[in-house]
Parts: sequence; C-alpha cells; structure tokens
Amino acid sequence: MTQNTLFSKEELARYNRHIIIPGFGMEAQEKLKKSSVLVVGAGGLGSPVLLYLAAAGVGHIGIVDCDVVDDSNLHRQVLFGIEEVGIPKTEAAKKRLLSLNPHITITVYNTQLTSQNAMEIIGGYDVVADGTDNFPTRYLVNDACVLLNKPNVYASIFQFEGQVSVFNQVNEQGVRGPNYRDLFPTPPDPGAVPNCSEAGVLGVLPGIIGSLQALEVIKVITNVGDSLSGRFFTFDALSFESRTFNISKNPANPVNGENPTIKELIDYEQFCGVKAIEKPLKEVSPIDLQDWQEQGLDFQIIDVREADEYDYVNIGTELIPLSTISVLGGTIDRNTRVVVMCKSGMRSAKAIRILEDKYGFNNLYNLEGGIINYINELELDLPTY
Amino acid sequence: MATVIIPTPLRKFTGNSAKINVSGNDVSEIIANLVHQYPDVQKHLLDPSGSVRSFINVFVDEDDIRNLQYNHTHVETRSVISIVPAIAGGNLI
Repeated sequence: MTQNTLFSKEELARYNRHIIIPGFGMEAQEKLKKSSVLVVGAGGLGSPVLLYLAAAGVGHIGIVDCDVVDDSNLHRQVLFGIEEVGIPKTEAAKKRLLSLNPHITITVYNTQLTSQNAMEIIGGYDVVADGTDNFPTRYLVNDACVLLNKPNVYASIFQFEGQVSVFNQVNEQGVRGPNYRDLFPTPPDPGAVPNCSEAGVLGVLPGIIGSLQALEVIKVITNVGDSLSGRFFTFDALSFESRTFNISKNPANPVNGENPTIKELIDYEQFCGVKAIEKPLKEVSPIDLQDWQEQGLDFQIIDVREADEYDYVNIGTELIPLSTISVLGGTIDRNTRVVVMCKSGMRSAKAIRILEDKYGFNNLYNLEGGIINYINELELDLPTY
Repeated sequence: MATVIIPTPLRKFTGNSAKINVSGNDVSEIIANLVHQYPDVQKHLLDPSGSVRSFINVFVDEDDIRNLQYNHTHVETRSVISIVPAIAGGNLI
C-alpha cells in the first residue's frame, strides 16, 4: 500500500468526493494543490470564485482588491457578512476562506491592480481569474496575462447578463488561444454608451457566472475536459438562454498579433478614455456648494444620472440624464451658476463637455465626487450605492 | 425573417424587446433594417462611419462575422444574429 505524501489524512477525507470522480481523481486533486490562482476583484464574481477554489483545494490563492465591504455589496457578495462591513475585502475574504479550508495558503493585495504592480503580482501565479468591474482593469489584466503567458479566466456581468471565456490558454498542441483584445479591440467610450450610464446587477447572477468561472479555472489547472478557450459563453437570466460563440485570434491584436505595438503595460485609464479631459473644468466641492446654499446664492443643480438612480437617491435637483443632455441641454439657464452632478463626477464632466461644445455654456460647475461624495462629506442620512 | 438577439444595454432602445425578427439577406441588410425599425439603436450600435462599434461583436449563429464575410455574411431566415457588447460589471464611474 502506497501512502500519499502530498495530502494529509484530513485533506484526503475533505477531497474524497473529488478523488473518486472517474476522469478527475487524485491526479487532478494534486494539480489543484500544487497550483496558484490570482483572483482579481473580491466582489460579486470573486465571491463564488474564491469560495469554490478554496473549497476545491487550490493550494495558493492570491486576492487583489482595494475596497472595503459595504452594505450595498451584501446582496451578491456572499463571501461577506454584516459583521465585515467596513473591513478591507481582502482581509475579510482571507479569514472566511481559511475558515473554509485551512489546508491552503492565501496571499492578499489590499491595493488596486495598476500598470506599475500588475506584472509583479500576476507573475507569481499560474492562472488569473478576472472578476473586475471596469474596462481599464480588464485591459490591464488581459495585457499583463498575454505578456506573462498566463491563462486568464474571464467573467463579466451586467444587470441580467453574464459572459465567460478563457483567454490566452495554450492548448495541448502548443497553440495559444485568443485573448480579450481579439474579441474587443477597443473599449467603449465612457459615458457615451448605455453600459456606463446604467448600472446594477441581479444578485444571484454573479453567483451563476462566478461559479462557471471557478469551473473553468479548475479545468484549466487540471486539464480535465474542454475549456472555453476559443469560445465565448453568454447567459441571459431574463430569457434563460445561453449561447456559446466561436472566437479566434485577430492578426491586428496590438499585444500579440502579427505586428505588436504594445510591448509593455500602458496607461489603461487613458486608453479607456477615463482620463480624457482636455481642459480644466470649473469644479465645486460639496462643502463649497453647502456654503453657496447657506449664503443664498442663486444657482441651479442638474443631475445627469439615469432616472432609476435618481429615484433611488437624489438631493431634490432637476434631472436631465446624460443620454438626453445633448437634446435637452439648450433649456438650461445661462444666467446663473449651474452645478452638474452624477454619481461620482465622471458623467457630469462628460455632460459639461457636451454642453460647452454644443451650446457654448460657460456657467457650468462639476460637483466633485458626485452625489456619493456629497452624501459622505456632508454626512447626510441618505443611501449610497 | 432572421432573429436578432438584442443585448441588455440596447433593449431600452428596442422597446425592451430581446429578440426581434428582421428581414435581410446579409448582415448589413439586417443591421440597416434593425436601425430603420429602431432608429435610437443606431448611435449605440454604429460608429459615425456606419460600422459596428469595435466593442460590439456580431455573431451569425455561433460564428463571429469577422471570421465569415463581415457585413456581407449571408443570413438565412432561420439564422440567429447575436449582438454582443463588452460589459465590465456593475460599477458606475
């Protein structure tokens, strides 16, 4: 009788239902234990990914996230409980995962993944699971994985829809699969497309999509089954329809196409247009705005968020959603100060650009940090999101 | 008529319809007829030159039209044309 030296008796008992699966067995379980996975984003997707990878016995899990747990996370981020509100997500996640499986190692990075740290952080892992919530980080993770030859298990969600794929995986023939830039060469213009001016996600959706992401991570590590490399899965929770599309490499891919132009990480916020502010805007802080109100100055406030967001929380202002601003903007008063606001200040900046360019306004002020900053700075008893 | 699958972010421009029957013999005709039927879709789906925006993929059945004949990809009445945009989670900026 041979004795397994990799696993303790307790681990063998824990992983028994894996080990007895025909076609998975001890070999796959050993691969899981010897592997390391970096999970970027400990949010809606990261929650099920982390829970299942920890439970499955992935030997070393890294977690990158710079947020703290918020009340508004709990409807979908099942990794956390009410007692963790206000605590860094990485810290709360590590505690929860080690209580789930003490036989694994967790490394946390309580920081934002940036062009400066991504190569070093990602370089230490075998596989990356991208569960971030913004385009700059998507392109950053993708490019770093391509430059470092790491498979990138991708999942993304929006309202009722989810997407999953495996990018940059080398198959048994040594052929590398497509990556995110093959599928989406450039990101949407912030504020100009519906997905930047609407938000929200059905809480159970990241549970579904994140579980599929964890499944693909396990398949990539163990080489069991056929991964989603070269395929792109979509799920629509409303119609309960899923589709799997074939995707392929694009010769014009700037990172690893025929004539690569990106050989090191770039400024992804600039690439995604998040920094595309050409000339300084006039800004007003929440405190200054409060002063204006107290001094009885004449001014108007326009909220450019979507109606659903406005209905959720507002400060009694006029509503002109960004999507309608170029049509309705002409009605805005030119003879008084006008403060334009949104959730965090990006869409209102965009609205001011449109209004200045199209109608020649020069009396517009951007509310710094949007309604969230306003509520926090003035310590108002209003919900944030 | 072929079936066009509308992604969530564009449904507010199609009266919340997720599936639309559109006539046309190739992808360009399908898109032109879709935009004719729902004019508000145009600026979100197409760039100023009339091409599908680069963060949106169009698939005929399971295949990316970039691997077929792009806008000239033939469409049958039983074809399903999926419009699939990049999505990045629920975070607002």
